[in-house]
Amino acid sequence: MVDRLLGRPRDRETAPAAPTAADPREAVWARVQLARNPRRPHTLELVGHITDAFVELHGDRLYGDDGAVVGGPARIDGRRVMIVGHQKGADTDENIRRNFGMSKPEGFRKAIRLFELAERLGLPVVTFVDTPGAYPGAEAEERGVADAIARSIGAMTRLRVPIITLITGEGGSGGALAIAAGDVVVALENAVYAVISPEGCASILWRTTEKAPDAALAMRMSAQDQAALGVVDRVVPEPGEGAHVDAAETGKRLRAVILEELDKLAALSPDELVAKRGGRYRVFGAFDDLGLGEAGPGGVERPGLADRLRRALEPMGKSVGDALGGRTGREAREARNTLGGGDARETRDGREARDGRDGREEPPAREEV
Amino acid sequence: MPLTLPFRPRRETYPPDMWTKCPSCSEMLFNKHLEKNLRVCGTCGHHFRISAKARLDQLLDPGTFRERDEGLASRDPLGFVDSKAYADRLVAAQLATGRRDAATWGFGAIGGRRVAICALDFGFMGGSMGSVVGEKVTRAAEGAFAERVALIVVSASGGARMQEGTLALMQLVKTIGALERLRAAGLPYISVLADPTTGGVFASFAALGDINVAEPKALIGFAGARVSAGTIAEELPPGFQRSEFLFSHGFVDRIVTRADLRDELALLLALLGPAVATDATTGSVRRG
Repeated sequence: MVDRLLGRPRDRETAPAAPTAADPREAVWARVQLARNPRRPHTLELVGHITDAFVELHGDRLYGDDGAVVGGPARIDGRRVMIVGHQKGADTDENIRRNFGMSKPEGFRKAIRLFELAERLGLPVVTFVDTPGAYPGAEAEERGVADAIARSIGAMTRLRVPIITLITGEGGSGGALAIAAGDVVVALENAVYAVISPEGCASILWRTTEKAPDAALAMRMSAQDQAALGVVDRVVPEPGEGAHVDAAETGKRLRAVILEELDKLAALSPDELVAKRGGRYRVFGAFDDLGLGEAGPGGVERPGLADRLRRALEPMGKSVGDALGGRTGREAREARNTLGGGDARETRDGREARDGRDGREEPPAREEV
Repeated sequence: MPLTLPFRPRRETYPPDMWTKCPSCSEMLFNKHLEKNLRVCGTCGHHFRISAKARLDQLLDPGTFRERDEGLASRDPLGFVDSKAYADRLVAAQLATGRRDAATWGFGAIGGRRVAICALDFGFMGGSMGSVVGEKVTRAAEGAFAERVALIVVSASGGARMQEGTLALMQLVKTIGALERLRAAGLPYISVLADPTTGGVFASFAALGDINVAEPKALIGFAGARVSAGTIAEELPPGFQRSEFLFSHGFVDRIVTRADLRDELALLLALLGPAVATDATTGSVRRG
């Protein structure tokens, strides 16, 4: 029905055959291709299958309406919810209108507006994440895309209604996270989630986009790896070769998961919800506390010589191949937890940190989109 | 890049050359004068990047800084390897800077007022935010909350640390969550944006200051200019993503030179900070 309302053509390009590969790099790359498959059902199509009624609302009340983010109130099995999601196009024409699912600031500000409306009316929020990333153009910068993303995340952290996040396709960096900070994060089997696009990562760290599959593997983008890291709470299997072969069945499976999670979250009071959500994100991070405690301004700590040599020679953290199958990310993390250790606190020389390092910084270790 | 040997010359003899060429006006600057001028070019006003330690020394009342959580060190959660292993990059950065990661936080005083302050160090892997940076910014906000003092974060970062994958991305939510609690408690947060502040750091705590203060001509933006130009072939306006661009579009309150930054922060804290008994009298009315 959504298709008809949008006048969207149903004949889409055929998808590439799902590759079967033993090489973990090719396996994860196949996932990326599936997540980006133009025939994959996008938000409005899924919403059509999941909800019994849906009214799309438009505009951020500040600047304009962003076609790359859609949303509005809906009913699922008698329950009222607020939908917010990225929207990619199914063909070139629609993709131009939808900006290939890359939101501008007004898209995120529309999301904020709908989150706050949902909170006022007591509607749980369901977000659909499927974007290559936020739009990286000059007009987005002029209107404060970073500000809009940060404020959208901020709105989600304090929202006093349940939030269910569904990663249905591409979870691309900050543009995805802006509407992905839910109480529970669900991913479709072939969805991916990463801090930067594999092409962007490869072009920065390998200096060529041809290494994108290596980057995809190194970043552990697949839904399963993200579940192992605890970033994703549950993974929903897709029908057959992937969601694109049966959008209705995919919607049916997501609908069941949404209803189940809504029931679980309904047991929590608004205060409990906000506290629990805060706790979910507060614990993310993998670090050791070497327990050096407080140091005065003259006593800036440096690892001792023995410690530094030990670290430099330690052959750790160099395995890439276990991204799919084998140990889960969490186990791998525990196994690798050898950095630092008790010795570090015994040896220190209080030499000053060197300052003023213009022009000799480390090769870029940054996210760009 | 080979690991540096742990034996390094004493600081007095480093850097070996005595002159630095200003990348902006090409003037040759005598290093001693440059240091004395807070690493700002005396000819054209170019602000060189400075370490977190130098930043804290410049901003805080002498002898007041007490660092917290300096023992935090990243674990390489993904076992990330590109052209070299993340673990090796970490060690190299630790050897080069003498720091465990790119953030330093603690309590100190500015103009006699106690603040929680966190400074990022671009020299450590581009100031990128992984678990440790996210944790320290969060703990700084929680420290400000616990002691009911203002929070200052000085950003200089390329964004989220790719080598920590989505765990680095989750630091955006973690830091923003802590800032939201600070905001609800009625405590001010001043974000200082230094060159460069981009990506996930700009799209989280750096953009969300109650007051955003930027150094002149700092690169501040979400997507790298190369991405904008390369991916979508869009013509970039002159001065794109510089402090002045952000200022004219309403995302930065004030552009302040490094020499004026301490007084500016002291005055802002006096006007906005939680009331304290020992009120510092600093400066006069500032219009910009």
